[in-house]
Amino acid sequence: MKTEIIGIISTYALTVILAIPLAKYIAKVFKGENTWSDFMRPIERLFFKLSGINPNQEMNWKQFLKAMLTINMVWFVLGFLLLLFQGGLPLNPDGNPNQSPDLAFNTIISFMVNCDLQHYSGETGVTYLTQLFVICNLMFLSAATGISALVALMNALKAKTTNNLGNFWDIFVKANTRILLPLCVVVATILIFNGTPASYTGKDSIVTLQGDSVHVSRGPAAGMIAIKHIGTNGGGWFGANSAHPLENPNYLTNVVQLIAQVLIPIAMIFAFGYYINRKKLSYVIYGIMTIGMLCLVIPTIISEINGSPAIEKLGVAQPTGAMEGKEVRFGPAMSGYWSTVTTIISTGSVNSMHDSAMPMSGMMQMLGMMINSFYGGCGVGILNYFIYIIIAVFISGLMVGRTPEFMGHKVEAREVKIAALITLLSPLLILAGTALASYTLVNYPEATWAIKPASWLNNPGYHGFSEMLYEYTSSNANNGSGFEGLGDNNIFWNISTGFVLILGRFLPIIGPVAIAGLLANKKHIPESAGTLKYDSLTFGVMTMAVIIIINALSYFPALALGPIAEYLSLK
Amino acid sequence: MKRQRKAQLFESSSVKEALKQSFIKLNPRIMVKNPVMFTVELGTVVMLIVTIFAAFSADKTQGSVVYNFIVFLILFVTVLFANFAEAIAEARGKAQAESLRKTREETPAKRMISENGRVETVSSSFLRKGDIFICEPGDIIPTDGEIIEGLATIDESAITGESAPVIREAGGDKSSVTGGTKVLSDRIKVEVTTQPGESFLDKMIALVEGASRQKTPNEIALTILLASFTLVFIIVCVTLKLFADYANTPITIAAFISLFVCLIPTTIGGLLSAIGIAGMDRALRANVIAKSGKAVETAGDIDVLLLDKTGTITIGNRKATAFWPAKGEDEKAMIECSVLSSLADETPEGKSIVELAGLNGAVSKHVENAEYIKFTAETRSSGVNLADGRRIRKGAFDSIRNIVTAAGNDVPFEVEDRVKTIASNGGTPLVVCKNEQVMGVIELQDIIKPGISERFDRLRKMGIKTVMVTGDNPLTAKYIAEKAGVDDFIAEAKPEDKMLYIKKEQAEGKLVAMMGDGTNDAPALAQADVGVAMNSGTQAAKEAGNMVDLDNDPTKLIEVVEIGKQLLMTRGTLTTFSIANDVAKYFAIVPALFMASIPALQSLNIMKLTSPESAILSAIIFNAIIIPMLIPLALKGVAYKPIGASALLRRNLLIYGLGGIVVPFIGIKLIDVVITMFL
Repeated sequence: MKTEIIGIISTYALTVILAIPLAKYIAKVFKGENTWSDFMRPIERLFFKLSGINPNQEMNWKQFLKAMLTINMVWFVLGFLLLLFQGGLPLNPDGNPNQSPDLAFNTIISFMVNCDLQHYSGETGVTYLTQLFVICNLMFLSAATGISALVALMNALKAKTTNNLGNFWDIFVKANTRILLPLCVVVATILIFNGTPASYTGKDSIVTLQGDSVHVSRGPAAGMIAIKHIGTNGGGWFGANSAHPLENPNYLTNVVQLIAQVLIPIAMIFAFGYYINRKKLSYVIYGIMTIGMLCLVIPTIISEINGSPAIEKLGVAQPTGAMEGKEVRFGPAMSGYWSTVTTIISTGSVNSMHDSAMPMSGMMQMLGMMINSFYGGCGVGILNYFIYIIIAVFISGLMVGRTPEFMGHKVEAREVKIAALITLLSPLLILAGTALASYTLVNYPEATWAIKPASWLNNPGYHGFSEMLYEYTSSNANNGSGFEGLGDNNIFWNISTGFVLILGRFLPIIGPVAIAGLLANKKHIPESAGTLKYDSLTFGVMTMAVIIIINALSYFPALALGPIAEYLSLK
Repeated sequence: MKRQRKAQLFESSSVKEALKQSFIKLNPRIMVKNPVMFTVELGTVVMLIVTIFAAFSADKTQGSVVYNFIVFLILFVTVLFANFAEAIAEARGKAQAESLRKTREETPAKRMISENGRVETVSSSFLRKGDIFICEPGDIIPTDGEIIEGLATIDESAITGESAPVIREAGGDKSSVTGGTKVLSDRIKVEVTTQPGESFLDKMIALVEGASRQKTPNEIALTILLASFTLVFIIVCVTLKLFADYANTPITIAAFISLFVCLIPTTIGGLLSAIGIAGMDRALRANVIAKSGKAVETAGDIDVLLLDKTGTITIGNRKATAFWPAKGEDEKAMIECSVLSSLADETPEGKSIVELAGLNGAVSKHVENAEYIKFTAETRSSGVNLADGRRIRKGAFDSIRNIVTAAGNDVPFEVEDRVKTIASNGGTPLVVCKNEQVMGVIELQDIIKPGISERFDRLRKMGIKTVMVTGDNPLTAKYIAEKAGVDDFIAEAKPEDKMLYIKKEQAEGKLVAMMGDGTNDAPALAQADVGVAMNSGTQAAKEAGNMVDLDNDPTKLIEVVEIGKQLLMTRGTLTTFSIANDVAKYFAIVPALFMASIPALQSLNIMKLTSPESAILSAIIFNAIIIPMLIPLALKGVAYKPIGASALLRRNLLIYGLGGIVVPFIGIKLIDVVITMFL
C-alpha cells in the first residue's frame, strides 16, 4: 500500500518538475522569443504561404473568435463526411463499416471539442484512415484551439489597454508545431519501446495457452495515444482505452501517460504567470487548483484502498482494495489517482472502469468535471477558472467597497453578465440533460431506438442515475470518460450529448475571451492601497469559496440522489 | 445649533407609511423590477392556488390544507418583508423630504413688473426663469435665484440646519440664494434662475423620496448576477422534479416552492433597493445632497482628492505676524505703506495686516481720492494709487518682482532671502513696494487644523491620494503639505491649474474628487468625477458639481467617500451572506424531500430536524425573518474600516461568509425546536 502511495507522489512531483521548464518555454514561444524549436519556422511559413494568411495581422477579440470558430466548422463538415463513408475509403484493413449518421454526428463533435466521448469501440467503429485523419488530427487541433484561446486571454491581460489579442493563425500553428508535436514525439517513442503497436497491418491472430484462437487489433496507435494525453483528449485507440494492455502495457507507460496528460495543464498555469509578468498570481492559482485536486483525490484513494463495504459485510477480506474494474498491474490507488486526474483535466482516458469505482470516487470524478478547472483541459482550464475569478472579483470588490476591478480594468455589468451566463450554462446542460434522460426513461421505456430506454442502464436505482448524470457531466466538461454501464450508442444519447458537447465547449471559450477583450479595451486604472490584490492568498481563498459554493448549490440535489444516496446506502 | 438629523431607525410614522406601501408594492408591475422577489411572489400565488385546490379536492397528495396554507402565508410574509425594507428606506427619505417640502409651500413673491420698481405680489409658483423679485427683511425667498442688487443676511437653517445667518450679496461667489430660506436684514433684488418644479429643492426632494432614483451601474451588475443565481435554482428545482420521478419519490408542490424560495438570494434581493436608498439617505444625513446615486457610489472609488488649503487643511485664514522692512527702508514708512495698501482689502489677510500695524503703534491715515487696485488671480497683487502720487502694491514675491524689475529697479538681495526664510517656515511672504521700489516683506502664518493629518492618514489607508491646492508659493506649500501630511500639492494655483491636474490624473485612469465654491471652480467641478459644491457657492458651481454640501464643510469629502464605500460593501456582504445561507437550507430541505423514500439520506439531516414538514417550515420561516432582521444593517450600512483591501476582505468573508454558513444552521434548528412544540 505504501509503495502505491509513493508511486503516486513521485509521479505528481515529476510532473511539476517537468512542467516548470516547459512553462518557461511556452511563454517564450508565444512571446515570439528565440527558442530551440525555431527550426520549425520554415514549415510554419510554408503553411501561411500556401493558405495565404498573414500571421502578423492583429485581431480584436471578435476577429479572433471568428477565425477560431470558422476553422472548427470546416473540420466538423470534413470529419463528418469521412466518418460517414469510412467503410469504402482506403486504410481499412479490418473492413470496418460506415458510422451511422447520429453516431458520426456525435463522434465528430466529440473530437472537435476535445471531449472524445466515444460511443463506438476503436477496434470496430473506425478505420485507420479516420483514426489518423479525423481523430488523431482533431486531437492536435482541438488542443491547439484551447491553447490559442488562452493565449488570446493572456494577450488581453498583458497589455494595459489594447484591442489586439494576437493573430489566431499564428498562435494556433505554433501551439501545434512548437508545443504539441515535440512533446508527442517523446511520449510516443517511450510507448513504442514498451510495446504499444505502431503498424498499418490489420488484426493479428494468436492462439492462447488454452488453445483458443484470438484476433488482436493493432494499428498505428502509439502516436495517437501520445496526443490523446498531451492534448488532454482522452479518446482511446482501443475500446478499453488505457486499461487495454496494448494501449498502456505496464506501470512505466502508465506513469508516462499520467504525466503526459497533466503536463500541459500545469505548465499553462505557470506560463500564464510568466507571460503576463504576474508570477505570484500564477502561484496562487496553482496553489488553489492543487488544493482542489487534493480534496478530490484523497477521498478517492482512501475509498478505493479500503474496498467495498458490501463485500466486507460478506466477510470477504480485500487486502488489495476495490479491484472490480481495475487492472492488476496498476492497482486501486494508482487507478484512483488516474480517475481523479483524468476528470479534473478534461482528458477522460481511463485505466480502470469508472462504473465500478466506489460511490465516493464516482462523486469525486463527477465533481472534478463539474468544476472543470482544477488544472482543467489544455488552455481551457484557466479560461474556466477565469470565469470564477470574475465572479469572485465582483463580489469581493463590492465587499471591500470599491467598484470591482481586475488587473486594472473595471468589471462592470457587461462582463458580469457574460460570466453569469457561463456559470449558468453548466448546471443547465448537465441537469437539463439528465432530467431529459430520466423523463424519457420513466415515461417512454419502450421507445424504438437502437437501444430502448428501458435497457439503457446496467444498474437500477442510484447507480443508474449516476450513469446518466455522469454522461452529461462528462459531455459538458468535454471530458469524454463514461460510466460505461450506459447504453449510449443510439439516437437519443448521440444527439443530446452532441449538443451538450458543442455548447459546453464553445460558449465557455467565447465567454472568457470576450470578457478579456472587453476588459482590455477599457482604460487602465493604476493600483492603489484600496485596490484588492487579486494575487493575494485571501483572494485565492475567495475564488475557492466561489467555486465550492456555486458547484455545491448547483449539483447538491442531483448528487444526493446519485452517488451520495449510493454511498450512504452502502455504508 | 444643528437641526436634529439623527432620526431613529424606525419612527412610528415611517413604519405606518411603510406598512401601507408594503401592500401597494405587491403590484406585479412594480415587483417585476426586482426579479428575485418577483419569482417569490409568483411562488406565493401558486401556493394560494394549491391551498384552494387542497381545500376543495379529495386529492390529498399535496399535503393538508393547513400545511399548504402556512407555507403560503410564510411566502406572502417574505414578500411583504422585502417590500417593507424598501418602503421603510423610502419612508425615512420621505420624512426628510417632508421637512424640506414645508419650506416649499406656496410663498408670496414680490415680483417686479417694471424697471421703475413697481412690484406685484404673486404666488411663488408663478415665478418663471428670468423674473426678478424683491425680498425684504422677514420675507421667505420664494425660489432659487441670483442676487443682482444688494446685500442681505439670510437664515438658511431650513436647508442646512445651521442657524447662524449668512451674508449673500450681488456679484462674486456668494450671490446665490435658495428658495425656502429667510431674509433677516436688508433688501435684495433677485433674478429667478430655475423653472418652477426644477429648483434645487425640488430636485432634492425627488431624489430623497426615491422618485427619480435610477439603478447605479454596480447595482445593475449585481442584479444580473442575482438573476442568474435565481435561474440556476429554477433549473435545479425543475430538474429535481424529473429526478424525483426517476427515484419514485413524490414531492409536493409546497416542498418544491419552499426549496426554490429558500435557495434564491431573497435576503439580498429583498434588501437591495433599500440599501441603495439608504445610501442616499446617509449622504443627506451628513448634509450632503447627491444629485444621483451613481455619484455616491463613485465617491467610494475615488483615487485622488483635491482639497483647498484654506479652510480645509488650515484654520480659516493666514494672519500677519511680522513686518520685515527692506534694508535702508524706515520701518514706520514700510508699515504705513502696508496699511495703506490693505485699507480697501477686505480679505482676512488684509484686515490682519491693519490689526498688526495697530499693535505696532502705527496709525492708519485717512486717505482721500485714492484709487484702489483689486486683487486678481492673474496679477496676484493689489494695492492703492494715492492722490499724492504714491503707487503702493503688495502681493506675492514674483508678481512684485515683475513690477519692480519692469521699472528697471532691483529687488534687494536680503528681501529675497527673507521671503525664502518665511516660506520655508510655512509662512506666506507678502512683498510691499512703493513706486516700484521694494519696501519690505509682511509675514503671514498659517495654522494647520488639529487632527487633519490623522484624517489624511485614514485616506491614505483607503488608497486615496490627497492633493492640496493653494495659491501659496511652492516653498510654503511644501512646508504645509509636509506638516499636514498630504501627498502632493499644487502651489501658486490658478483656477485652470486644478482643471489641468484633474485631467492629468484622469488620463492615468484615476478618479478625482474635488470641492469648490466659486464660479471659476465650475469647470473643474464638472470635470472631476465627484465634484462637491458648497451650498454657499455660486449657482454655477452648484450646477457643475454632482453633490452639494449644505454645511460648507470642506472636509466633508472624506465622509462622502466613506458613505460610497459603505454602500458597495453593504451590497457585497449581504450578497455573500445570502448565498452562504443556502448551504444550511439544503441540509434542511433535501433530506426532508427524500427521507421517506430514501432512508439512507436521513444521515444528511445533520440538524436532526423533527419531520420533513417541520424542516421545510423552519427553513422558509428562517428565510423570511432574516430579511427584517437585516433591515437595520441595510439602512445603517456595513462599517468601513481603512485596514487595506485584503484585510477588509478577510474580515468581511469571516463575518458574512462564514457567519452566513453558520447562522442559519443555528436559526433553523431553533425554529424547528419551537414549531415542533406546536405541531
